[in-house]
Formats: sequence, C-alpha cells, structure tokens
Amino acid sequence: MAEFALPANSKMGKGKTWPTTDAGKRIKKFNIYRWNPDDEKNPVVDTYEVDLDECGPMVLDALIKIKNEVDQTLTFRRSCREGICGSCAMNIDGTNTLACTKFIDDVDKDVNIYPLPHMKVVKDLVPDLNNAYAQLASVEPWLKSKTPPPPDKERLQTPEDRKKLDGLYECILCFSCATSCPSYWWNSDRYLGPAVLLQAYRWLIDSRDEATGERLDNLEDPFRLYRCHTIMNCSKTCPKGLNPAKAIAEIKKMMIARQS
Amino acid sequence: MSTQERPLSPHLQVYRWQWTMAYSILHRATGVALGGGTLLLVWWLVALSSGPEAFDTVQAVIGSFIGRLALFGWTFALFYHLANGIRHLVWDTGRGFDLDVAAKTGHAVPVVAAVLTILSWIVGYAAL
Repeated sequence: MAEFALPANSKMGKGKTWPTTDAGKRIKKFNIYRWNPDDEKNPVVDTYEVDLDECGPMVLDALIKIKNEVDQTLTFRRSCREGICGSCAMNIDGTNTLACTKFIDDVDKDVNIYPLPHMKVVKDLVPDLNNAYAQLASVEPWLKSKTPPPPDKERLQTPEDRKKLDGLYECILCFSCATSCPSYWWNSDRYLGPAVLLQAYRWLIDSRDEATGERLDNLEDPFRLYRCHTIMNCSKTCPKGLNPAKAIAEIKKMMIARQS
Repeated sequence: MSTQERPLSPHLQVYRWQWTMAYSILHRATGVALGGGTLLLVWWLVALSSGPEAFDTVQAVIGSFIGRLALFGWTFALFYHLANGIRHLVWDTGRGFDLDVAAKTGHAVPVVAAVLTILSWIVGYAAL
C-alpha cells in the first residue's frame, strides 16, 4: 500500500556544515544524506563545500574528495568510476544516476545527493539491495536450454537474433530505474520492477533460450509484471540510456501473443 | 552490530517531477474523478425516474454555478482519461516509448482534452 510520507525514524533533519578551507572561487555545496546505524538518531543532510578547481569533474570525484580530505565517515559504494559496474547509483539532483558519469557542472545549484529512493538504508548512501537481488534471481537470468550445445562450438545466433539483445545486454543492474519507479516504491514486495523485468525480457527474446514458456508463466501475475503503469521514470533516468518501459511492454505483448 | 531499524530513503520528497510521471498520476486522478462523476450521473437518472420534483432538485444543483464548474471539471477528466487511454493503447502495441515521443504525446493529452472540453461546452450552450 502506498505510504506517501516517510516513517518517523526516516524523517530527515538538518546536519552539519563543513565549510571549505580553500580560498578558491568556484565553491559548490554538496548536500548529502547521512545516517549512521551506530548512533540512535534520524538521518540528516550534511552540507560540504567543495572547491571545484581542486576537484575532478564528476560527482563521484567530489564524494571521494570529501571522504579523503574532509570527512572519512562518509559512506558510499563505488568501484569502476567509468559507468560499467553500477555501484555508485544514487539520487543526484532529483533523479537516479551513477555518480561517476554525472558531471557536477550539469547541476545548476547545490548538488543534493540521497541514496536510491524508497530503499532501506544500510549507511549514508548505501541502500540495502537484498530484495532487488532476490527478485533478479527469481527470473533465473541465465541461458536455459534442453538442447545440448554443439560439441565443437558455441551456440550460434544469426546477426538478426543477436541484434534483438541490443538495448538489453548493456544493463549493469545499478537499480536506478527500479528505485525511480513509484509503482516499485509502493509494491516492491511483489512487483519485480523495471530492472528485473528488462533482464527477464533479455532472456525471453534470446533465440538460444528454450524456457520462454516457463519464463512467461512465472511473470503471469497481477503484481510481478502488471504493476507497470508506463510512468516512464525508469527509461528517463537510466544512466545507460536503455528503455525498460519498452521491454516491459514487449513482455506484455508476448503474454497476449501466446494466448492466440 | 546495530539493532536499530534501518530508515527508508526519501522518495517522493526528493524525486524531481517528470512530465510523464505527472501525466500518469493525472490519469489515475481523472479516473477517480470519473468514478465520482458517474455517481452524479446515476443520481440524475434516479431523479429522472422518481418524478418532476426530485428532478428539479437535481437540475437546480447541477445547474448552479458550482454544479456547472464540477461538470466542467468532469468533462475535462473524461476527455483527459480518453485521450491518455488512447496513448496507453498505442503503448500496448509496443510503440511510442522513445523518450521524446512519450513526452510529446504526453504534452498533447491535456491540450486535446482542454480543446475537446471547451468545444463540448460551446456546443452545449449553443444547444440551450
């Protein structure tokens, strides 16, 4: 059921301000969500002033600079710093994206940074992704085939069949899309969400996969698939430019097609 | 190990409104409004079958300024829901998902709904 307000323990207060000691001219304020499981307090938003002349161009550069030079307790996930691992997905300037591919200069005013929306917070900008990963596992995102592979080579695909995977295989599972979706916010216990459904479609449309029927059976459910109301936040926010909303529509079409 | 319950990260509070998101929730809102409006229609029909006295009462309520305003809003809700419903039908064929197309068809819906609403009321008043 939709709960529009935050629970009492999740309401955010005002935190500390960490002024820069640099005498630089290009000062940018970063307002960052903080929550520490070890002190029994509500989350707060801390403000850090960063001299952009002493900082790399990306939001992740600023986060790392803050952690290295200002406040070592700031906690966030990051790894590849080039938009391929999906670790640093967070809500920046109102939409979900990867901190490593988001230019600081693309944000007009202060840079507001929150964890991925409507998720349980482990610490600061680190959300608990256990439920999302379990949902991903539930669609069995691997090749399922009864036919044994040819003894001396891989399972081949025509270039046309391979092309069908474009726009799907690029997904890095950062869950920016799922956590941008109001439908997923209200029903994440039962609705699989755009990231997982895009993965489901990636295997449904793979010419080498032979479990299409079972896969569709598994999705034929009022919640798992059909909570998508084409709000389009997923496609709008995807840092890789993919279109989960379209993938979900294609699954719905497959559901209809197999009935006739 | 902390036993404190994890907070829920902010969602509606911080997420930037998107056009498609606004048109989507408006589709839901107009659907609810249509449900309410249908009750009004039922009331009108029941009054019609109950006799002239009951009918006059309903006519007076609906014909008042507030009644007409509500009816005007209901007309808009009807056309908005209709136009956006057609948009949903096209989506169900797998078309119209490019971000610019989805935004443009979204912008078109309230415009079409407003034009049809005003046209209906012009035709309605002309027929009085």
